[in-house]
Amino acid sequence: MNLLPNIAALPLPIGAFSLSPSDWTIIWTGAATNVACALVGCFLVLRRMSMMGDALSHAVLPGLVVAYLLSHSLDIIPLFFGAAAVGLLTTFLIQTLHQYARVPSDASMGVVFTSLFALGVVLVKKFVSGHFDIACVYEGSLELVVLADTVGGLPRPLFTTLIVLLINGLVLILLWKELKLSSFDPALATTMGLSATAMHYLLMTLVAVTAVASFEAVGSILVVAMLIVPAATAHLLTDRLAIMVGISAGIGILAAVLGCIAANYWDTNIAGMMTVAAGALYGLAVFFSPRHGVCSALVRNLQMSLRVLHEDLLAMLYRVEEFDDSKHLTVAEAREAIGGGWLSRWSIAALVRDNRIETAGEQLLLTDLGRTDARKLVRSHRLWETYLVQHLGMPLDHVHEPAHRVEHFIDARLQQELEAEVDTEGQDPHGRQIPE
Amino acid sequence: MTVDQPVIAALFFDGLNLSQKVMFGTALLGGISGVVGSFAVLRGRSLVGDMLAHAALPGVCLAFLIMGSRNMLGLSLGALLSGLLAIGMVSLLVHWTRTKEDAAIGIVLSTFYGMGVVLLSIIQKPHIGGNKAGLDSYLFGEPGNMLSADLVLLAVVAAVLLVIVFTFFKEFQLVSFDNDFARSQGWPTLLLDLALMASLAVVTIVGLPIVGIILMAAMIIIPASTARFWTNRLHIMLLLAGAFGAAAGVLGTKLGRGLPAGAAIVLTATGFFVLSLLLAPGRGVVSRVLAEVQLRNRIAREHLLRSLYELSESDLPKRILLPIHKLREYRHWRFLPKLLAGAVESGHVESDDETVKLTPLGLQRAAELTKAHRLWEMYLVQHAGIAADHVDRDADDVEHLLTASLLLELEHELAAEGRLPDITPEVPDSPHELGTDPKNTPSSDF
Repeated sequence: MNLLPNIAALPLPIGAFSLSPSDWTIIWTGAATNVACALVGCFLVLRRMSMMGDALSHAVLPGLVVAYLLSHSLDIIPLFFGAAAVGLLTTFLIQTLHQYARVPSDASMGVVFTSLFALGVVLVKKFVSGHFDIACVYEGSLELVVLADTVGGLPRPLFTTLIVLLINGLVLILLWKELKLSSFDPALATTMGLSATAMHYLLMTLVAVTAVASFEAVGSILVVAMLIVPAATAHLLTDRLAIMVGISAGIGILAAVLGCIAANYWDTNIAGMMTVAAGALYGLAVFFSPRHGVCSALVRNLQMSLRVLHEDLLAMLYRVEEFDDSKHLTVAEAREAIGGGWLSRWSIAALVRDNRIETAGEQLLLTDLGRTDARKLVRSHRLWETYLVQHLGMPLDHVHEPAHRVEHFIDARLQQELEAEVDTEGQDPHGRQIPE
Repeated sequence: MTVDQPVIAALFFDGLNLSQKVMFGTALLGGISGVVGSFAVLRGRSLVGDMLAHAALPGVCLAFLIMGSRNMLGLSLGALLSGLLAIGMVSLLVHWTRTKEDAAIGIVLSTFYGMGVVLLSIIQKPHIGGNKAGLDSYLFGEPGNMLSADLVLLAVVAAVLLVIVFTFFKEFQLVSFDNDFARSQGWPTLLLDLALMASLAVVTIVGLPIVGIILMAAMIIIPASTARFWTNRLHIMLLLAGAFGAAAGVLGTKLGRGLPAGAAIVLTATGFFVLSLLLAPGRGVVSRVLAEVQLRNRIAREHLLRSLYELSESDLPKRILLPIHKLREYRHWRFLPKLLAGAVESGHVESDDETVKLTPLGLQRAAELTKAHRLWEMYLVQHAGIAADHVDRDADDVEHLLTASLLLELEHELAAEGRLPDITPEVPDSPHELGTDPKNTPSSDF
């Protein structure tokens, strides 16, 4: 009797995680394509030319047809040359239309690639009907990789994408400095005797060749996605180019693995699922990137608001104490004064916990620690008011508001500098004591 | 609606045979996408049409999965919803993150399309029922499938959009050309922008089943870019773009028998684009090359007359006979014989193979030109602080473009400051020596 549970019968998708050797071939092919795309994609995204990936991967169609007609085969070498030639032609036409005929750059891209694609569709219909399946070019047939003939022990699609990966990697290593400079500052690159235009054409050729190599295996849509999505994701995660290229390659591989698993589980198109996986990874980065994410920005804003609230509360208690030593705010009054709501309740609790304030019955009292903090803040506030009056000649009744806002950002060094700049005699312009 | 669609369709369109229907439909589509596309092109949003066309796919598939049939209106509604969602996501990404607009468009385009491909593969499984035959046409376009009901939808969409464009023409014009100004004037620019994008989405989605994804993007961009060559006025541009789009629809379906119709329509539109690129007055290549040649000819003629004046200046008012070799030494010339022949023809000089002499008319013109040149030189020396031996070349570039009123102004200004030399009141002396320093000898490239 078999006591082991049948894994595939479980409601959980555990069965999907066991990948067969043919799944691994598919993943390797997808990953090689994704990494090859991500390598050049980083530069497209940084140059704000992401849509060139879309444009080139469609525009190469007539080049492929002509190459096929001339060589009478779907051999990859003639297709590469056809793609490179049309890639260069497309880039040239887009540039020329933009520069000399003053067509806006996005419109000139649109005119050129759609026209070339339409030409390609007509050529396919006229001359090669039957051998070229346009739908397949679009959607890819990653599933069929395992059935393809092999070259050097590898399936042909994997072999070609590996070659392109090698080419892209080599170009990146050899021309790293040049590509980097011409991407970030083309004007400087040109003055340094480096042709930014040549780099542009080189990059576009790489994009075209990469797109064509990937068509057979993964389809144009995965190419367009992988040129843009991993690079944009990496761009959300880092500010350094080398790290960005590394991360985007990693995301490409991850998208291939996740996409294949998900496609197995739901039994759908693998290339489409890899695209969706990459999109999902980008979505994660949008929300959770440590530095540029939406959530981290929200958290940062919340932390800042809380700090400002804490400091305002301490300063207010200090002022009340200063005005009349015997009077104290009640908890309710303090909450009202800093805006009420859960945020104020939270603030008071946090300050009590940090031993900055204490409650005595209904009343709210500063502790010694709290008083030291408050004194520092009120000092910043009054120094800034003095500075505004003495150096910017602002009227007395206009200085409180700006000082109230700036006081939270004046550190010890700035405090010293302000002290040296203003002539206080221990009092602010309203005649109140500046605490030491 | 009390009368259902097929009845209206029967009233209007059943008298037509299929090819007439197709022609009518593609003309309508071309016309309306030209009009709506004009705003997209002017607004720098040309590729949004491309994105919308791709982003429609998951909506179409979901609508099919929900309805279980190929109902054009239902599929279009699904496409419209996912298109609008895509537009919203792009604006949020651009607003919230450091991702730039181009990358955001690309990301949304490819991810939505990927989702569509996944859904499509689910639909193609045998246990999902319904007639799936029509779905492919949503990707690649098949105008031959056009039904009378589709034509009605297209006509209604076109009419509604035309009314909207007509009603809000002024507002759309403002946001297309100067969005910031419109906002500062209190116009609801976000709303207007959304209205434009939504019309773009509607056109794209009704056009998808007719010409397909990529070619729909083309119909948005190409007729509008074509019209832009011919005019600087928005209402004319809209009319022209509509006309080019409609003509491309009609001609494309007519000429493209036996070819994929969408591709044939787009290639016809491209044909109009290339013709306009070459032939349009003002912005076209031919007229710009012609204008350039005319300008170069005029400048060369003016250099000739001024050189003749300067060479014979010492003997004025007597008009002396100058040997041509002296003229050649004075300045570098290209095509001198042709230049002289032209000047003889217009009555400015008399010339034989060896010599050349200004006519009275030529002398007058030459004096005017020399005066303009020297006034500008003096102005540069005195107001721009340029060294006297450097002004000749700068003046050479500008003198041909000085207008009569500007010259008068220069003369007044110099006279008011007492700097206009009164030795020869008509033509002032040159502020530098003429043709002596070989380094400074102005060369004419013409």
